[in-house]
Amino acid sequence: MAKVLMKGNEAIGEAAIRAGCKNYFAYPITPQSEVAEYLVKRLPEEGGVFVQGESEVAVGYMIFGAAGCGERVMTTSSSPGVSLMSEAISYIAAAQCPAVFVNIVRGGPGLGGILPSQGDYFQATKGGGHGDYRLLVMAPDGVQEAVEMTMKAFTLAEKYRNPVMILGDGLIGQMMEPCEFPDDLKTEATNKDDWATNGMDYRKSDKRNLVKSLFLDPTELNNNNLILKAKYDKMRKEEVRYEEYNTQTDYQVLIVSYGTMSRVCRTSIDLLKKDGIEVAMLRPQTLFPFPEEAIYNAATKENCKSVISIEMSMGQMVEDVERSVKGQREVEFYGECGGDIPSPEKIIEIIKGLL
Amino acid sequence: MQTEIKFAGFGGQGILLSAKLIAYAAMKQGSFVAWVPSYGPEMRGGTAYCTVVISDKLIGSPIIKNPTHLVAMNRPSLEKFAPDVKKNGIILINSSLIPVRSEREDITELIVPANDTAIQVGSVKAANIVALSAFAAKSELVDMEILKKCIKEEFAAKPKIIPLNMKAFDEGVAIARQS
Repeated sequence: MAKVLMKGNEAIGEAAIRAGCKNYFAYPITPQSEVAEYLVKRLPEEGGVFVQGESEVAVGYMIFGAAGCGERVMTTSSSPGVSLMSEAISYIAAAQCPAVFVNIVRGGPGLGGILPSQGDYFQATKGGGHGDYRLLVMAPDGVQEAVEMTMKAFTLAEKYRNPVMILGDGLIGQMMEPCEFPDDLKTEATNKDDWATNGMDYRKSDKRNLVKSLFLDPTELNNNNLILKAKYDKMRKEEVRYEEYNTQTDYQVLIVSYGTMSRVCRTSIDLLKKDGIEVAMLRPQTLFPFPEEAIYNAATKENCKSVISIEMSMGQMVEDVERSVKGQREVEFYGECGGDIPSPEKIIEIIKGLL
Repeated sequence: MQTEIKFAGFGGQGILLSAKLIAYAAMKQGSFVAWVPSYGPEMRGGTAYCTVVISDKLIGSPIIKNPTHLVAMNRPSLEKFAPDVKKNGIILINSSLIPVRSEREDITELIVPANDTAIQVGSVKAANIVALSAFAAKSELVDMEILKKCIKEEFAAKPKIIPLNMKAFDEGVAIARQS
């Protein structure tokens, strides 16, 4: 298929359809409402269902219901909406159901603003809801990557029977860029007969399946948490994704940045290169699992003096960067989060201050 | 080589569409493109604007403070954004609605009575197409035939309005050629 020019939000909707998602529940919120606008038209054409919930709390449990039945299911929202869904996300993780959550992040805390932000890093990677669970979190830096990550998210959610989150931001959702939908990213849905409440007649079985997150017996609860932990450890081994930029040079500073912010940093790196200053970037594509080893290796390269985490937040990912660098280099931070994306010139000024 | 164009005007003037059409044409010619709308609170009553980035390599930051060119469809847009345009750029001024000029000596002004021209060919709604084609002809950023095809594709669901927009397109080109 030829490339099409699409808004990130619409492309995410189309990607979900191409990945075989037939169930989409949502509640409108800027800056991601176009996903629902797109899918309300497209899903019925594909035999799918869109239901607008009465609130994000309700949507979270609609997702739980469909996921518990073994269906491919997605919702999209933005920061305050994801806060409301967080209780259900915790339940879904505890009950080991696959589901895809897309957060097109806006400024916070509270109602905040509607412009791009990366202030939900903690919420996404450290658990917005309660208990010992993790989400597999992917952060696209443009429309094409948003498409690919959305398609992969369904496969990964089923592989781990765990919710997967796409962490975008208002720019990724609102921007149009050329994109294509690679057929090979669509996978067959896994057989879920041994756990999903998909109907005993449907699966021709006398065995009842129970999807639950309540384990009153301490041994049983501990065992469930051990099962979850084993899955998160497996993600750490198998699912880390990142991209390096300008790392083949003799760089003095290593930037760690993701999503929209990383694109600004890429421009800054290109401009600094013209001035004879080499700076490299490591861009995490998965925020959980975090590319700890890759960051450690890039940070400890001989001439690298310092590492800086650049975010559209007041300093969240920087804690993971510090953890990854293990005290081998100074870890600096720069961030802005009112909605104005820092300019390449501002980043250059900050980098020059480190030299 | 990277070029950035800011399209600005009131909400409802077809700003986002003009921007999308030039981005679409550039994409068809094999360029990297990004179309970045303003979606902030400014949309309510203020200036609506949209930036298109066209590049021969992967686009880094799509947030542009100083665009190469500006297409200003109303007066507040011209006053707000004209000072930001890089030197040697083009500033298109919709003279039907803007009685003033950019007061810049280091850019090329392209004066286009977009609304009046659109009314002459049949509907003021086509003012954005007049401005788009005039800008495209002057800047030579995209192939005019490809752009024309993109407009036809965009309006494929409303074939009745294609001839009107084609007339508006030709008028816009003519104005640019005469200037």
